[in-house]
Formats: sequence, structure tokens, C-alpha cells
Amino acid sequence: MNGVAIEVEGLRKSYGAREVLHGIGFEVRAGEVFALLGPNGAGKTTTVEILEGYRRRDAGDVRVLGQDPGRAGGDFRARIGIVLQSSAVYQLLNVREIVALFAGYYPSPRRPDEVIELVGLSEQREARVRTLSGGQLRRLDLALALIGDPELVFLDEPTTGFDPAARRLAWDTIRDLRSLGKSILLTTHYMEEAQKLADRVAILRGGEIVGTGSPRELLSGHATVEIRYRRNGQEVVLETAEPTRVLHELTGEALASGAELEGLEVHRRTLEDVYLDLTRGEDRE
Amino acid sequence: MRLFLHELRAQQVLFWRNREAAFFSFLFPIILLVLLGTVYGDEPIEGVDAATYLLVGLIGYGVGATAFAGLAITIVVRREQGLLKRVRGTPLGPGTYLGAVIASEAIVIALQVVVQLLIGRYLLDADWPAAPGSFAFAVLLGAATFSALGLAVTTLVRTAEGSSAVVNAIYLPMAFISGTFFSTEEMPAFLEGISQVLPLTHLLDLVRSTFIEGETFASTETALAVVVAWGLAGLAVAVRRFRWEPREGLQEA
Repeated sequence: MNGVAIEVEGLRKSYGAREVLHGIGFEVRAGEVFALLGPNGAGKTTTVEILEGYRRRDAGDVRVLGQDPGRAGGDFRARIGIVLQSSAVYQLLNVREIVALFAGYYPSPRRPDEVIELVGLSEQREARVRTLSGGQLRRLDLALALIGDPELVFLDEPTTGFDPAARRLAWDTIRDLRSLGKSILLTTHYMEEAQKLADRVAILRGGEIVGTGSPRELLSGHATVEIRYRRNGQEVVLETAEPTRVLHELTGEALASGAELEGLEVHRRTLEDVYLDLTRGEDRE
Repeated sequence: MRLFLHELRAQQVLFWRNREAAFFSFLFPIILLVLLGTVYGDEPIEGVDAATYLLVGLIGYGVGATAFAGLAITIVVRREQGLLKRVRGTPLGPGTYLGAVIASEAIVIALQVVVQLLIGRYLLDADWPAAPGSFAFAVLLGAATFSALGLAVTTLVRTAEGSSAVVNAIYLPMAFISGTFFSTEEMPAFLEGISQVLPLTHLLDLVRSTFIEGETFASTETALAVVVAWGLAGLAVAVRRFRWEPREGLQEA
């Protein structure tokens, strides 16, 4: 595997006459959490589903765990775990039954009870799937993705619709997976999620990658701090790489003239700011 | 084989827990037999005593209701929920999965036929099958044919909500026209013409001749050929057009 879980180069995909991926490339290293970010329609799910083996690509080289997912079979699927964007499980089974059913599909699964506990569904073990809440269903999805003890886990918007507490719990689970040495490809709308979890990210816009690197790398090269205040009722925004000097000057002036810097805010730029810069404007069709 | 049995067990649990499917696929043909049998039991139909005529008809009806309608609705609902897609993402082979789903329906059919035979014999005074081996084979062939047609019809249905309506709009008229409940001889000529190309008519013919007259298949070649042809046609459509993914997922970027 050479320390690489996923290699993508020149990947193209069209639906009819509309090309949705214009030859993208990126690499996911073994053991890292890689986040694919981008607005709706940018091509995230298409990309992920090509890597999972659900969709055929039109052009490009794709290697997932050293195999071509377009041709791979059961042995490939035994090494990956998938959380799809929408949950789908048998409504009439209970949590333990469905996890045990899926465990049977894999050559060397983890113990169902252990995985149920890992995703925090121990209290719902005997509950029928149709009685679970949305967040619990998502956690069951995660359990089914992990039951086969995969080397690589695909998480397509795994925390959409979670309340903040459930999201933190899911993040802990993802960190645990990473510490077990799993590679993780994550798509998400939540920049905070990517910044907290991802070792590296790629930002996809209109079928092209417009930025890639660690969250720190993406933040550098941009003015890193934003200073806001109001003067005579007007909002003033300064972006600077030297916040200490700028603040000192501002507050010095204000003290000297006896005025208050109304609504003073100092704000570190986040991945979200960079993301919005990179994805701003019309998506190209 | 271990995987197949593992999946088959799960499919059986799922079938019996789904009350609606269990009722329409399993119980409904049995209830119809009891009702119609007690009402019409004494008058002969087409020279056969009505109990035996109805027993044969409702065995055929049950095979289609389970293998065709039940299977098609189950598959469409699971496809549109995204369940089939999820199963495709695991190492379980697609053939093993579909094989287990169909085998599960076959178990239901076998149970149903046994119950119908017992009710026919002890409640309605019908006969036992005259040629049990050929009769069992006819039922099995019917189950296989209607399963293939059931898979084929899933390619025509777009939504889970519509599956029951579309499938029953095909199956119920077919059941009537094919003569499951009464003789096709009393039908208008054009309906009888239609009935002559339908698979259920010929399956009933096979079941009837093995059940009542004890004929082996040599003397029912036409019926055998028509049933097999429908089965192969269904299989061909299913192999070319079967989808694992829900419709909404198809064009989305």
C-alpha cells in the first residue's frame, strides 16, 4: 500500500452532457483523516461513490487500497466501510440483529456488541430500527460501516442533522478510528468538523479542486486575523498578519482621543473563511 | 453457502415480521380458498368438482402473489430506501443476496401450498394431487418464472409508494383473466384470447393437469413452453435493466 490509501488522478465524470468532475486529483495517506469539502453539487458524493465502487468513472486513474474500485469485488468491499449520505436499514430488525446480520457478510468482523457500544447504541440494542431517532440511525449506519473492521472508512456527511452533543460524540468516534490506524475519507458541510478532525482537506468547487492541504497550510498565506470595530456607526474591518501592531496602534489612537472602539472584535480566520473565499462566486457549469 | 443460509434466515425473519406482506402473500390466498371453497364447493366447474378446481386455481394464485407481487414490492421498497445500495457496498455478492430473497419467498410458497392442500383435503373434500412429483415441479417452475417476472417488473416501478399499486394493477387482472377463481370458458372471446398468452393461465394448466389428471409434462408441452418462455423473458429484462440504486441517486452530482 506504500502508505497511500487512495490515489486519484485526472478523474472525470459526466452525467449525460454535463461534466461534473473536470479531471480532479488528490491523495489520501494511510492512517489520516482526509476531508472533502465543497458546496452542494460540487461533486463530492460523485467522487466518493466512484471511490467506493458504486459509479464508473469516464477517465482518470483511481487506486483505492491498491485496487481499481471500478473492477474490484467482494475482497475489496471487505476492506472498506461505507456510511452513505442517507441511512437505509431494515426497519423490522432490532439494532443487535442488523449489526449481527452485517457482521456475517465479512470475513473477519468485529464483535457486534463491541461495535454497538462504540457508537453509543448499547441502550438501544433490542430496539427495532424503526423506533430509532435520526441521530441514532446515523450511529447505526456508522456501526454497520465499522463491523467488518475496515482499513478505510468512507463517511459521506456523517453528522448532518446531529445536535451538538451527538456531533461531539461522533467526532470522538472518528478520532478513535484514526488512532486505530484507519484511513478515513470524510465529506462534510461543517468547516468546524473538518478543522477539528481532518489532517488534510481538499476543497471541491464546480467539479474542480480549488484548494488542498492541511487546515493550517490552507490558513497560511492568507491574512490570519480579522479586526472589526465601529467608527461613527460605520463597520470597519481590517485583515492583518500583524495583529499585535495593528491593535496597538488602534487602541493607542483611541486612548489618546478618549474614544471607545465600539464593538471591538479580534477574530482568527478559520477554515470556514478560507472555504468561503475559495468557493465564493458562481459555480461554473 | 454459509453466507446464503445466513442471509436466508434474515430474509425469513423479515418476511414474517412484515405483517402486510405476510398477510397478502401468505394468508390471503389461503383465506380466499376457504371462502370461495365453502361458497362454491359443491357445483362442478369445467367438469371438475368446484373444491378441487378452486384449490388448483388458488395454489396458482398464491404462487404468483408471493413470487411475483410480493417479491417485486419488496425489492422496489428496498431499492428506493437505499437498502439494496447498502448491501452492494458489502462483500455479500449480489447473486447470493437475490438468491436468498427468492429462496425465502420459495419457502413461503411451499408452506402455503402445504396449508392449501390440507385445507383442500380436510375442509373442502378436494383430492390429493394425482401426480405429486410433477405437481411439485410445476409449483417450483411457477415460483421460478414469477420470480423472474417479479424482478423484471421492478424496473418499471419508480417509487416505493407506487410499487403496490403498479404491481397489483398488473397481477390482479391477470389472476382473474387467467381463470384462478372461475373458468375462462365463460369469458368474452377477447378476454379469453388475452388469457391464452398470459403465463398464469399456462401455469394453472400445468398445475391442473398434474393435480387433477395426473399427466406428466410430455402431454402439456405448450403450457410448459409458454411458462418457460415467460420466465426467460423476465430474466432477460431483469439481467439488463435491474437497478440497485434508488432513483433519486441516479443523476445527482
